[in-house]
Amino acid sequence: MRLLIIEDDRESADYLVKAFREVGHVADLASDGEEGLSMAEGGDYDVLVVDRMLPKRDGLSVIGSLREKGNRTPVLILSALGQVDDRIKGLRAGGDDYLPKPYSFAELQARVEVLSRRNVGPAEETTYRVGDLELDRLSHRVARGKDELTLQPREFRLLEYLMKHAGQVVTRTMLLENVWDYHFDPQTNVIDVHISRLRSKIDKGFERPLLHTIRGAGYMIRDGLR
Amino acid sequence: MTAFGKLIRTTAFRLTLVYLFLFALFAASLLGYFAWNTRRLINEQITATVNVEIAEITDIYTRRGLRGLVFTIENRALRPGANLYLATTPEGKAIGGNVGSLSPGVMASTGWSETAYRRLDEQDTADHRALVRVTELTNGFRLLVGRDLEERRRLFGIVANAAQWSLLVVIVLGIGGGIFVARRVLQRIDAMTGTTRRIMAGDLSGRLPVGRSGDELDRLAENLNAMLERIEALMMGLKEVSDNIAHDLKTPLTRLRNRAEEALARSGSEGDYRAALERTIEESDGLIRTFNALLMIARAESGQARGNMDDFDAADVARGIHELYEPLAEDDGMTLRVKTASAPLHGNRELIGQALANLVENAIKYGKPSPVVQPLDPVAAARTREILIEARREGNHVLLSVADHGPGIPEADRKHAVERFVRLEASRTLPGSGLGLSLASAVATLHGGELRLGDSHPGLTATLVIPARSAAGDRLAAQTPDVPQKVA
Repeated sequence: MRLLIIEDDRESADYLVKAFREVGHVADLASDGEEGLSMAEGGDYDVLVVDRMLPKRDGLSVIGSLREKGNRTPVLILSALGQVDDRIKGLRAGGDDYLPKPYSFAELQARVEVLSRRNVGPAEETTYRVGDLELDRLSHRVARGKDELTLQPREFRLLEYLMKHAGQVVTRTMLLENVWDYHFDPQTNVIDVHISRLRSKIDKGFERPLLHTIRGAGYMIRDGLR
Repeated sequence: MTAFGKLIRTTAFRLTLVYLFLFALFAASLLGYFAWNTRRLINEQITATVNVEIAEITDIYTRRGLRGLVFTIENRALRPGANLYLATTPEGKAIGGNVGSLSPGVMASTGWSETAYRRLDEQDTADHRALVRVTELTNGFRLLVGRDLEERRRLFGIVANAAQWSLLVVIVLGIGGGIFVARRVLQRIDAMTGTTRRIMAGDLSGRLPVGRSGDELDRLAENLNAMLERIEALMMGLKEVSDNIAHDLKTPLTRLRNRAEEALARSGSEGDYRAALERTIEESDGLIRTFNALLMIARAESGQARGNMDDFDAADVARGIHELYEPLAEDDGMTLRVKTASAPLHGNRELIGQALANLVENAIKYGKPSPVVQPLDPVAAARTREILIEARREGNHVLLSVADHGPGIPEADRKHAVERFVRLEASRTLPGSGLGLSLASAVATLHGGELRLGDSHPGLTATLVIPARSAAGDRLAAQTPDVPQKVA
């Protein structure tokens, strides 16, 4: 995956480039808004990671002029302004996701991979399959092998989101945002409890577990080990 | 600027001038109308009297001839305050009456005219003016009857005099009143300015003087005082936050630093390092959470989050939070129930959700029944492990409450419990930032409501009381006053 990171703080920029390269992505760096805009227009990137406050041209205006020119590359906004209304402002300006600083790299990586154009998953498909687990989005039926599973509506949406991004790490905050539509950070392990309930329904009694916990990052649904 | 310059620049003084001009104009037109009407009335009276006399005298002339005519006008001319009479032959020679001289040509034409005249018996040389009517009798004789206009002139003089004096009085009183009012206003404004200067210089406890008259300046002073009250509270809050940050954030930071140092000094295995680093990340995540919560509270309290408000039903939020926390409560051996009725709100759904989530987390964490006083009856015992989320509307307010059956908070501690970082003795050993209730309270305040802590016998009932959305769709009644974003 090709990434463009537009970030003016040298140290965090270098850290990001290095970290993304280590996990196997190609990451370019622009250190101000003007440079970022011209690189984003010229290069064929899968995801842009844009800091909100940049010299020469601020992040939101970079995104705005890209969108004006019809560039639809997914954008993740990084910002020290982490409040709800700032996030909404960022998304309105054309960003696709918003991550407040300070963030963990695992969170950033998970979000970037989900955003990436290459990974625009089976969004239009009506049936998701992972191993022998099958989820029908229209009839709301879930089955593993020959067994029909009964899920609560919210468990269904949780599984749907996980399966939509099968093979990708999904963090707790991503689940809270996308399944529950809340953007705050609960102080307790409230998501873990939901996951363990779901796990007991889809994995319990089966030989091969599908729902995996990725330590320090989140969860992933996939068939067997990579 | 000189004191006088300042005075005449005041709104009060300028308004006075405008009113003065308008009033003078009004007085002048009133007097003018009066004068014109009086003149008309006097003219009408004279005309009527003269017409009657001419008719009478003409009648006498036709019945008794020239002798009767002369006799009548001589007779009438002798009465005190008599009219003017003159009869002439066709050649223009006077044959009777009391008129000595007239403007030339008056007798030549019949009808009405205004003329200068002199009476026969008068010695002074001053001319008088009269309104006269000349008629032609048979045989070419002419008759003049008229009345002196002195009365009319005097009346005009009185009106003109009155106009001069009243204009003078209006102007003097007006300017004097203007200066008086302007000075009074200016004195009070100066007092206010002085106080605000002192306050701006840093003395936030200063307040503007409020008079007893309840006029617009008093109301302004009251409002400014309320604003100062809020600014002072915000500044106090800010100071409190920074004190608390210093105290409560430094403790975990110190712990973090100590652990890192310890791990370095011990130079253990890779596993040890890993464990130490993981604990460090955990600790810093906790710090970030505390920091975010503090920022959120500060924003809610300063009213900045008011931009993102829309209409929603608090019942949906209650059900959503119930659905989110129900498994967690069950894992903890508690039962989370929800009871909702329609509760329309205008507000920040995200913040209300977070406030309610904090209350539920608190109830799960601290709302466990004390093991000592467990009822023996299993049904009653199960009830004590129950947490109830309730959303309903009561009058003009929406109530979002979370009730548990734990130890509760003693009444004396309730006010204290809402403050930042306060963790009551009983809960010191449990993890948490101590910001849950203060965030909930700040969110309630942002929406013009409050957080109430009550008793659920036993246990704590925490209720967000927020003004409901009216049928019209907006909720403007109970907003807290807007506060400028930069105070200092």
